[in-house]
Amino acid sequence: MAGETPLGPIPWPYPVEYDKTQYQDADVLVIGGGASGCFAAMGAASHGARVIMWEKAATMTSGAMGSGCDHWEMAATNPCSRVTPEELADAMVRMHHGYNNGISHYIESREGYDRLLDLERFGAKIRDVDDEFKGADFRDDATKFMFAYDYVNRFTLRVWGTTFKRAMYRGAKILKAQVVDRTMGAGLLTDGGKIGGRVVGAVAINGRTGKFTVCRAKSVVFCMSRPTRLWLFAPGATGISEFRPPQCTGDGHAMAWRVGGQFTMLEKSLRGEWSGLRSFPPYSTGNNHNTWYACTMVDADGRRIPWLDRDGRELTSVADRYRPAPGQKFYMKGGGEPDFPFYEFQGPETMAVEEAVKRGFKLPFYADLTDMPPMERKVIWGMMVGNEGKTRTPVYGAYNAAGFDPSRDVLQSYGDGWRSGQFLPQERQFFGIPGGMVNDWRLMTNLEGLFAAGDVLFASDCVGHAAATGHYAGRHAATYAAARGEVAIDDAQVASERARLYEPLQRTHGVSWQALAEAITRVMQNYCGAVKSDDLLHEGLRGIEELRANEAVRLVARNPHDLLRAQETLNVLSNAELVIHSCLARKASSTPLQFQRLDYQAMDPPEWHKFVTVERDAAGVRVGSLPIDYYGDFATNYESHNADYIRERAVR
Amino acid sequence: MSSRVFAIADQAIVDPITIVPELCTGCNLCLHVCPVDLFLPNDDKGGPPLVLYPGECWYEGSCVDVCPEPGAIRLNRPPAMRVNWKPRAALGPSGE
Repeated sequence: MAGETPLGPIPWPYPVEYDKTQYQDADVLVIGGGASGCFAAMGAASHGARVIMWEKAATMTSGAMGSGCDHWEMAATNPCSRVTPEELADAMVRMHHGYNNGISHYIESREGYDRLLDLERFGAKIRDVDDEFKGADFRDDATKFMFAYDYVNRFTLRVWGTTFKRAMYRGAKILKAQVVDRTMGAGLLTDGGKIGGRVVGAVAINGRTGKFTVCRAKSVVFCMSRPTRLWLFAPGATGISEFRPPQCTGDGHAMAWRVGGQFTMLEKSLRGEWSGLRSFPPYSTGNNHNTWYACTMVDADGRRIPWLDRDGRELTSVADRYRPAPGQKFYMKGGGEPDFPFYEFQGPETMAVEEAVKRGFKLPFYADLTDMPPMERKVIWGMMVGNEGKTRTPVYGAYNAAGFDPSRDVLQSYGDGWRSGQFLPQERQFFGIPGGMVNDWRLMTNLEGLFAAGDVLFASDCVGHAAATGHYAGRHAATYAAARGEVAIDDAQVASERARLYEPLQRTHGVSWQALAEAITRVMQNYCGAVKSDDLLHEGLRGIEELRANEAVRLVARNPHDLLRAQETLNVLSNAELVIHSCLARKASSTPLQFQRLDYQAMDPPEWHKFVTVERDAAGVRVGSLPIDYYGDFATNYESHNADYIRERAVR
Repeated sequence: MSSRVFAIADQAIVDPITIVPELCTGCNLCLHVCPVDLFLPNDDKGGPPLVLYPGECWYEGSCVDVCPEPGAIRLNRPPAMRVNWKPRAALGPSGE
């Protein structure tokens, strides 16, 4: 048979092991093998723990950044940085009006650079060792580090992220973590099988063989994705339903929700920016943000769209796009904070599309690399586009092969100016910094023994955050495990998890996971869309309950691959329930949370300036709150929890 | 449990992967790294892997990146995602 799609049913080519149970024992079990998971495994293993890491896909390439990344943000401790970790964490918290994870972003700012050095040790490229960009404004010739955005303050590095995932995989193996691929963490085990109990391990299913695995662990680190596919699903092209890879479904959120994990900020969602065939792949069209910062944009007649500083002053040189405004100490991203520009840290940006059109600039607009100085052109097209996730083969490789020449051609931008698609208000997405699990200064959750990192945490964002919090959570999980005695798993809980997980294999006809996935988005769009109210949200909960009672019980899986997809979809269903409860819990509208209530229309009343939390308990759903600054002073708390790390770092 | 375990290719509206059988050595590296596991091994040993779940493709290109035989595997953008570029000179006079 040639390498093509077979027309009829084919026998399953892998051994089928539905009837097998594998038992494992670990000090620290890491679930999810993306950036946070690999670093959690390394962090725990370097502290002497016996580590097992489960990855649903293939660790070599998996996770949100598996195919690459071009920036390493908030590396405040790199030798060229002119800002401190305290300044950066404070800026990140204030930019989001307090609705941010002060703990995780301080860890990112303080330790992110250490993780880059780890990557270099395991073979990744983080410096311009080949002197390709020697003499460029964005390069430090002593360290050969390269910087993005604010060239004066130098805290965001340009990196060769297509080398990173292999380095992480290698690092985890060198440090003797046991890496287990194609294995989906599917359920948490707790003391006595109780909701809210201490975590004592987890169960998994293998996506090729269907084998069931039970792991007893003294601590567990959750390193999975944020929830996806709640409002957006693309039947027929399901793999590109969301910005993140399709296997990133937010399994951790669902697993923790079922056993009483505590969440916050999940009422926050944004109007969709990327999905399906409606938008172009990120960074594949003409724009001037992020990977493409700060490319010149021109209109259909070739006229340059003006670049403006935060005060609306026109910038006359390309170099000005990479400098703070007069009187500004530093800026965060430039052109990259479209939702809520925050004056103090706001970077340069091109004139708003509406304004430009009003002034006679003609659509469509184009990214014009021909106008950029040669080093800037070469770094955007070749390093940034080329190392950012999903760009090496599908954008850089494909466009070059088709004849795109950045010194001659301009690349069109689509949709609303330089966005690459347009969505309806009810088509929402977790983007920016969405909600997740609540954490303390050890990155432990409310469930004793369960730690969280990366996208499982509330207010997560990029790869530097994932790597830094992963390593940190891994260390603290190892410390916790070392102090904990033997743990016992509850056989009844294992049996009930096994029955729950294998249920879709019981039938040969019924509802496909795709049909259920689409139905979930319908409920979410109808009842948890742009505008919320108690009535609508309760209707949404009823809709979810109906899907659970009438459709989920008819889910059909023909083989282990389908079973994984079915379980992911059931997790999306649980996450929908979690998100609706999160929305119900906040009885106030909020601009920074992009949360609009019909029944509580006043924006941001001061008594609601707090983290609202939700968790399940034996009686139902418990709503609580935490002060907006619950984590206290950054440096004091960090130092009191990390004396050993600070000592080790000083020795290094 | 199902007495017989089998697979049916998904009802995709896209065709993300082309494998050239003459160039493919059947090493299955693409199958090992694909994050969504959309390939299945060929029952003819040394034959190219089967594209069983094309609709699940994320289009990141891991399969192409890892392939040791240049040109043996190609990633096809969905037709709706074709983009437009043109020479800068075609837009009119440069500058303001």
